[in-house]
Amino acid sequence: MPDQLMQLLFSGLTLGSIYALIALALVTTFNITGVLNLAQGEFAAIGSLLAISLYAAGIPSTVAFILSIALVAMLGGLLERAAIYPARRASGLTLIIITIGLSISLRGLALLIWGTETYSLPAFTKGGPLFIGGAAVNPQSIWILGLAILTLSLLYTFFELTYAGKAVKAAVVNRTAARLVGINPGTVSFWAFMGSGALGAAAGIFIAPVTMTTYDMGFMLGVKGFVAAVIGGLSSVGGAVVGGLLLGVLESYCAGLVSSGLKDALAVIVLLAVLLVRPQGLLGVLGERKI
Amino acid sequence: MGRNKIFTKIKKPFLWPACVVLFMALPLVVDSNYITSVLIVIGLYTIIVQGLGILMGYAGQVSFGHGGFFGLGGYAVAVLTTRYDWPPVLALLAAIALPGLVAAGIGRPALKLREFYLALGTMGFGILIHTMFNEAGKLTGGPSGIAGIPYLSTGGLVFDSDIKFFYLVWAVVLLVLFGINNLIRSRVGRALRAIRESEHAAETAGIDTGKLKLKAFIFSALLAGLAGGLYAFYVTFVSPAPFGFNASVQFVLMAVVGGLGTFFGPLLGATLVVLLGEFLRWAIPLVIPGAGGEYEIVFFGLILVLLMIYRPEGLGTLGKILTSPGKKKPGAAEAGIPGGGRGYEVN
Repeated sequence: MPDQLMQLLFSGLTLGSIYALIALALVTTFNITGVLNLAQGEFAAIGSLLAISLYAAGIPSTVAFILSIALVAMLGGLLERAAIYPARRASGLTLIIITIGLSISLRGLALLIWGTETYSLPAFTKGGPLFIGGAAVNPQSIWILGLAILTLSLLYTFFELTYAGKAVKAAVVNRTAARLVGINPGTVSFWAFMGSGALGAAAGIFIAPVTMTTYDMGFMLGVKGFVAAVIGGLSSVGGAVVGGLLLGVLESYCAGLVSSGLKDALAVIVLLAVLLVRPQGLLGVLGERKI
Repeated sequence: MGRNKIFTKIKKPFLWPACVVLFMALPLVVDSNYITSVLIVIGLYTIIVQGLGILMGYAGQVSFGHGGFFGLGGYAVAVLTTRYDWPPVLALLAAIALPGLVAAGIGRPALKLREFYLALGTMGFGILIHTMFNEAGKLTGGPSGIAGIPYLSTGGLVFDSDIKFFYLVWAVVLLVLFGINNLIRSRVGRALRAIRESEHAAETAGIDTGKLKLKAFIFSALLAGLAGGLYAFYVTFVSPAPFGFNASVQFVLMAVVGGLGTFFGPLLGATLVVLLGEFLRWAIPLVIPGAGGEYEIVFFGLILVLLMIYRPEGLGTLGKILTSPGKKKPGAAEAGIPGGGRGYEVN
């Protein structure tokens, strides 16, 4: 029994890292632009499907991955210019409806291109599972955890140590003041969407070997990214990571010990519970943002 | 402006009944099951969007969970008639009551949320209901659903043909239109509009905004349930598929297309979106061979995006804007929802 619990913990952390990555992209864009991007999950689905197609076309895997990450990043930037930027002065709700529209369009597009089949990628590294504390850990899980840690350190380095990062932070704190000292919030928003496209695609590619990749997988991934972000308080980067891992572990235990069909419902129940009981998130403090 | 008003006042008593009579004669004149069924679907969606229109356009709240209420109505009818042998009329009443009760339960805490928190919360609720339809296999039949729902019948009247159903659905649509017409001119309607313009100002004026928003939410859930119940009796089969998140988005799209806070907006929106869907289902396979009609969702998404950017007040107000050149056209910034959308008087 303790072995099984350990096993579930590891698969939960793997899943949770992916949710955390999606949540990180959401929270970062939300902080920078004030837009809650409901199309975030679609970036993961399209990134993953693109990489699979490129790989199947005979392109070496590393090149295929980098290419698809770059393409989805461009897609993110393109969508920002085409749909978010023209409506930048609209209310938050108008913007969220816009991103919902984008997400169903992207999903339809993915359906058009890839159909309803299920795709998969080979694991990044071959070899059997590693045994940690009596639990078998898939090497791909290590890759996923690695990606999460790498992303976090990159984000930290960018925001804390680089000049551009500080400029972005300034634009988050006070748009007008940032504009006065020559920071263009429009450019910052563009780059935020590029970045979240790249991050989403990377997350999608890294989980492709351990889950089924379908055109509509982005929807639930996006929803779970939100749940993770909401658990963490929607504007906290650390909160998003903790929220993602928490949700992943909860889901894993629910699927392993209760019923796998209720896994998706669990995420939504957690979302509703957090929204209704503690909208500022489990970790968040009530900031100046209106809830 | 003044002359216009007089004109409409003279014409109106004759114009609308004439339109209604002409419309009601339609299925008798055009003897096509296809057209009748499309009109029934438009009617069913209009009922839902009328309720959603009150919630979004008047109370200024959004819901991405009305697919769930629609489904609750449908499943209430399906389960009660096939598993418990309830008489159809009672089952239909239950289909109205159940979503209403659920809305009353979740509404109070949910409507405390604002903007995207409300959107996320209602979306979560819709997904939860949809998952339950799929997972509660014993009660709901799981993904394959429930077949064999009897026809709606009351006394000697059995709604077993498309034409009979057409009259039933559109009679309900007219009743709801009439009811809403009275509602928005009443004290409640004015109070709802005040909430949309500014919740704080409405509160200052002594309006219990929480209570009113809740009532609008329950009202919209009742109508979605009614439409769901009628849908189940019409198709005689329910499965989780038509009640998912896409349905909720489609309802919001209809409400937005028609114009929020306008009287005929829901009717216009449901008609345009259903017709567009039918058109795309026909046109897409012609343009892209081998493609099924399910790709219509791509266009629905794009239209929603374009509307929200360039015309958040919807298409229903097109005429109004043209007739009042003095009034500046509201841009995306001012007319975003909620708090935007402008209080165009509809008469």
